[in-house]
Order: sequence, then C-alpha cells, then structure tokens
Amino acid sequence: MDNFNTNTKYVVFKMNNEHYGIDIANVKSIERIQSFTRVPNSPIYVKGVINLRGEVVPIIDLRLRFQLPYKELDSNSRIIIVFVNDIEIGLLVDSSSEVIEISPQDIDNPPTIKDSSTEGFIKGIGKKDEKLIILIDLEKVIGLKEIEQAS
Amino acid sequence: MDINQYLDMFIEESKEHLQFMNEHLLSLEKNPEDKDLINEIFRIAHTLKGMSGTMGFVKISNLTHEMENLLDAIRSNEIEICSEIVDLLFSCFDMLDMYINNIINTGQEGEQDSSKLIQQLNSMLNKGKNSFSSENLIINNSNNGVKKYKFDEHVAKAIIEAKSKGLNVYSLLIKLSENCILKSARAFIVFNTLEAYSDIIHSYPSAEDIEDEKFNYEFVLTLITKKTKDEVKKDMLNISEIVDVKIEDVVIENTDSLEKIELDNTNTDANIDDINEAQDTNDIHPVSNLNKEEAANEKKKASNVIGKTVRVDIDRLDNLMNLVSELIIIKTRLEDGGYIERNNLNEAIEYLERITTSLHDAVMKVRMVPIERVFNRFPRMVRDLAKELGKEVELEMSGEETEVDRTIIDEIGDPLVHLIRNSLDHGIESPEVRVSRGKLPVGKIKLKAYPDGNNVVIELEDDGSGIDIEKVKRKAVEKGILTQAEASELSDNEAIELLFRPGFSTADSVSDVSGRGVGLDVVKSKIESINGIVEVETSHYKGSKFSIRLPLTLAIIQALLINIKEETYAIPLSSIKEIATIHNSEIRKIQNQEVVLFRNNTLPIIRLNRILGVMDSDENEENTLVVVKKGEKEAGLIVDKLIGQQEIVIKSLGKYLQGIPYLAGATILGNGQISLILDVNSLF
Repeated sequence: MDNFNTNTKYVVFKMNNEHYGIDIANVKSIERIQSFTRVPNSPIYVKGVINLRGEVVPIIDLRLRFQLPYKELDSNSRIIIVFVNDIEIGLLVDSSSEVIEISPQDIDNPPTIKDSSTEGFIKGIGKKDEKLIILIDLEKVIGLKEIEQAS
Repeated sequence: MDINQYLDMFIEESKEHLQFMNEHLLSLEKNPEDKDLINEIFRIAHTLKGMSGTMGFVKISNLTHEMENLLDAIRSNEIEICSEIVDLLFSCFDMLDMYINNIINTGQEGEQDSSKLIQQLNSMLNKGKNSFSSENLIINNSNNGVKKYKFDEHVAKAIIEAKSKGLNVYSLLIKLSENCILKSARAFIVFNTLEAYSDIIHSYPSAEDIEDEKFNYEFVLTLITKKTKDEVKKDMLNISEIVDVKIEDVVIENTDSLEKIELDNTNTDANIDDINEAQDTNDIHPVSNLNKEEAANEKKKASNVIGKTVRVDIDRLDNLMNLVSELIIIKTRLEDGGYIERNNLNEAIEYLERITTSLHDAVMKVRMVPIERVFNRFPRMVRDLAKELGKEVELEMSGEETEVDRTIIDEIGDPLVHLIRNSLDHGIESPEVRVSRGKLPVGKIKLKAYPDGNNVVIELEDDGSGIDIEKVKRKAVEKGILTQAEASELSDNEAIELLFRPGFSTADSVSDVSGRGVGLDVVKSKIESINGIVEVETSHYKGSKFSIRLPLTLAIIQALLINIKEETYAIPLSSIKEIATIHNSEIRKIQNQEVVLFRNNTLPIIRLNRILGVMDSDENEENTLVVVKKGEKEAGLIVDKLIGQQEIVIKSLGKYLQGIPYLAGATILGNGQISLILDVNSLF
C-alpha cells in the first residue's frame, strides 16, 4: 500500500481461464444473468438487452467480442454493468472474482504480436501475485464506430 | 453565493419575459401610439435588468438599462416613437434573446458585444431629445443628421439662466462647402465671429475635435447672444465656404426635463465620441451581424449545459401528489393481503388500475406545454421575412393554447419554420401579382393548432399560388426521377409526395429563404421521427394547406403486441389500420415482392420474421396480417401470433444501439421482459 494514491483498482473477471481487469471507476454494478431480449440486426456480439431495474441496457457478449469459443451460460456467468462515455452497457463474462489493486509499475505494455484475437482491446498487462491480468480498453471494446458500420 | 441553483429559474423567467416583450413589440409596431405597450415593455426591460444584474449577467443588464432609458423617454413623451425605434428595439430583443440562449447552452452570456446597439439606443435618445429642444433642426437626415448632441448640466443651467435674463439661446447648424480644404480654419473663423458678440456654450463635435478637423463639413453650436436669429445667420453666411446655416431657438420646457438631461448624461457621455462611427453604421442590420457571431459561438462547445425544464402549474402537482397518496393507500391495502378476500382483491386491483390511469394522465399533463411556445416566434419571423421579400403578409394564429408534450415542442419548431418560410417565399405572391389574380394585396397565412383525439393537428394554410402540380411533374421528369409516361399517370397526391423527396425543389432560382430543396424532406423526416404525419392539400392559384398530425405524447402509447416465434414485439397502434387473415394461396409474387390483393388493392407483404432475422416458421395455411399505414401507403406485416393491445411506456434503446434498423425503442412488459417496438415507418 505504499503507492496508495497512484494505484488503480480493477474489477477482475474470468473468461476462458484468463483473467481480465476493468478499471473500477467504469464499473457500476455486477449482475446475475437474467433473460435477454435479442435485438435483431445488431452486431453479432450484442447479446441483447436486459431490464435493469426499469432501464433498458444493451449487453455485449465478451466471448463473442474477443472471438473466444462459445460457452453455455451457467450459474457463474455475470454481467458487469459499465459506464463508458456516458453509455451504460453490460459485459457478459464467465465469472467475476474480485477487486484488486495494481500499481502502475506492475503494468506492462500490451504484446505487439498481431495474432491475438483480443488485439487492440488490451490496454496493458497487469501482474499481481503471479497472476497475469489482461486490462481491457473499454472504449475500444464498445467501439461505437464498429456499431455504425455494422448497422 | 452559488447562483447556479437559480440559473434554471432565471432562464425560465427570462424566456417568459422575452416572449412577452416580443409580443408587445409586435403589437407596438401596429399601434405605435399605445402607451400601455410602452409601459409594459419598459417594465419587462426593467425586470430583466434586475434579474440579470442579480445573476451577474452584465451585458444583459447594461443593454436593458439603455433600453429602459429610451423607453422611458418615449413614455414621458420626450421622444416620438417611429419605425426606426421599433426596429432598434427588435434588434435589442434579438440580442437579449441570444444572450439568454447562450446562457442556456453554456451558462455564460457569450462574447457578443452590444455596444453598437447601446450606441444606437443612445443616439436615438439624443436625436429625439434634439428634435424636442430645437424642433426645426434637421434631425433625421441620414447624410448629415445632427445625430446627437447633449447639454450637460452646466450648459443646461447656463441656458436657463440666459433665458431668465432675456437673452436668446440659439442652435446653429453650420454646413461648410464640401470643397472646403481647411475646415478647421473655416470653423475657427466661425467661432471668432460668433464670439465677438455671443457666448458659445456648447459645440458638437467638441471644440477640440473641430480644431483637429474631426468632423464632416458641418457642426452644431449652441450660443447665448443678444442678437436676433437673422443677424446671426447673416453674419455666418458672410463667411465664405459656408453653404448653409440653420438656426433655431433652444427651448427648455421645464426643470423636469433638465433633471432628465442631467440624469441621462451620466450614462451616455462616454458614447458621444463614438458618434461618427454610429452615424456610419446607423443602417446596418444588427441581426445579420449577430448571426455570424452566433455561428462562431456555437462552435465553442457547451461547458455548462442546462437541462430541459418545464414550468408546472401547482394544481397539477397537487393532483399528482393526491394520486400518489392514493397509490400508497392501495399499496398498504394489498400488503394486508391476508385479510383480503378474493373479490376484495379484484376490487383493489380495479382501484389500482384507476389510479394508475389517472396518474398517467396527471403526469402527461405535467409534461404538457402550450404550443404557444413554438408559435410565438412566428409573428416576428413572418414580419421580418415579408419585409425582406417585399410581400405583404398577415399571419393569423389560433389555438396557441393547445397543449403538447414538451419533447414534441422541441422538435416541431424547425419543421414549422421551414413550412412558413416556404409559404412566404413560394406561396404568397407579391402584391402586384396578387392583385392581378384578383386577390387582396395582403396575403394571409393561417396557423392553427387543435387537439383531435389522441393527436394534435397543426395546420398551416396560405392563400398564395398553391402548388403547380404540372410543374412538379415536369421537374421530376427533368431530374430524371420519373419518365414522361410515369409522370402523366401520376395522381395529384403522388405528385405532391415528390415534393418531400430530398433535393427536390420546384423553385426556379435558389433564394436565401428557400428553394434549395432541403426543406420539405427534412420537415417530413423530422415529423415522422416523432411519429407524426404531414399531409398537403393544394389548389393551384388558390393556396395550399399543410397539416401536421402529431401524437399528444411520445412517452406512452397504445400498441399491439405480437409474437414472432418466441419473441414479442410491439407495433404502435397509431400506425395499424386493420388486422386480417390471409390464405397462403392469396400471396403472389410480383417482381420479387410478395403482394396480396386486399380490399381490391395490391398490398405489399412484409414477412417480419425475415426482417428480424428469425427462421421461417412451418408453413401455415393461414397467416395473420397486420395492415399498417404510413401516410397514404400501406403494407401488410405477417406475424405469428397476436397477443393483444396494451398501453406501453417507450424506452430508448440507448446511444449504443441507436441506428439499428426497424426499431423505435423498447418497452418493459408486465412480466419484466423487454419487448422491442417496431418502427413501422422504416419498414417500407
């Protein structure tokens, strides 16, 4: 805790046995799975919309977004509701585990190898207790521009 | 003190005051003699000054202060009102309106400078005063006018003193020949000559400026002398290169006006130096200048944006409060569920239903604003435009009190502006043409709003030239939209539809006002985006009528819920014409488009499941067909199952999913599920 002021807290979740992290400042809440309403003609990775206490919130299936293999929803599946650029959106993930603090010096630049399916979505790689945590760039994941192209 | 919390209130109130000011200015133009109007405008300016002063909006308070001065002079009969003054007041109004808009957008007044207007106000004030003190002096000659000159306290006292001693006080307007090379030398001679037998108590421009040649061939002197006017005049004309001398008695009516002069002086002295500039620019149109600035200003991104507000009648809120308390009562009643027998429960539910319906009504009413808010800017607009176009137009408005949802109010303004501009530019003919067509020279535009069931209708009718349908067809052929053969088969209504196409204009030339062909399609798409329809009736040479039909509110609508496979969708009831069952064999294919002969019309068929990416269901013999309409057009939507009619609350799909085709939003059903609302207008 020596770098208290500069450390950033991350919400860590799991997908395909990898750990991912989102800056906690963007996270509004973590929800259990509920029924989705499919939105026709939306991008493939948009799972649908949910009724979040009276609000209609679109959900992105992160597995599809990162082109990971399909997996059935189960009791561990979670929706992380995030706020990016005034847009409220849910991310469907395999499971969410914890909130951790990572100091800036423990964050490496993302790998530059081009073959990764998550290419471009990664902001950095955080290291904590022997674990590697992929810190994702929410703005890119949500990618408003791609939406426009897709529609 | 944090004034931001009062900002909303300030804005609402200022807008209201400005609205009144606009109305009063317009009536003032018609009845310039009406002192009550002047009083009213004065009061508004005064209130605005006070309000803006409190909020620290210096520019508004300065400008209103100067307006007050002028208005005060008018109401105390010191200045005669003329069209120039009214125009100037309008310019001031525009400036104030812009300041308020800047405040709404950014929380700041903005950079626009009102010093020119203030100058004009002052010069108007002084000009008026001049004409009062020396009536025959040329005051309104734009080439050389004695725009303004002012007596300060000492001068005024000197005049009164001199008068009491029986001396003469004259104002001289001396005009030098335009060939005069050494103006200041000539002026020096004038001064010398006069000083031999009189006391020059005031000069405009100031003596220093005259010495420095800072004047255009003429200057005004005020002097005290024993000589008569004629003697002085003769003396003056004896000096060479002086082409004209006008001489008048200076009259000061009473001490009241002296006080007045003293008072005004404190505010306006500083502006005297700017007179020459003001003189040159006296005829500018401040509005056009401001527009540029406004545009530049819009680029500066809003930093402190203020939310939309609605002013609500307290009675409506009380009503809302009552309903909510009833809701709480029924809730407690349901909580005591154990006591409630079966039929009591039904009763409670009925009661609840009644309350929610009333609550819905009450909330809707809270959101409603009179359409006046949109209409009130039109008289001014029509007046300005008509002047610009050299036409005579009378705008008749009715039904301003009709109430519409706030969200609609915000959307409807621009389309109406387009339509009115259109009417003025293309519709109403010039007075000569009108007379030659046997009409009154003054054109008439009627703007009418009235509620009609769950809709509000706005009609814009003009008695102008109407739409020349043949010309529309000809243009369409010219532009290659239609072939000659198609054009000749086109019905009148279909031809009018062409007008709503992007880029279509029948105007032979593009004017500032309209003719670029961007108007009507924008109008149509805007109105359709708020679930409205536009209809046109026209008859050539007689006029045209645009009717806009709008839903009362956007938030809650009646909808038909349908199933496509497992998914539930809502179709707004307003666009449904009827529901029918058709047999598979009735569906035919024409050029890849499935159609069905329905009530002797070919009705295009849309298989909703295909559009919405749902697999085709097993072939049914019978299909349920929902016939929907969009304006004149109709189509049949094939759905799997009808669920029923329901009142739904429209929720936006949010920024992220905006632009997804065929969807108008979402709604939450009784079971908590989300159902998507189909946008019928985009389906065909």
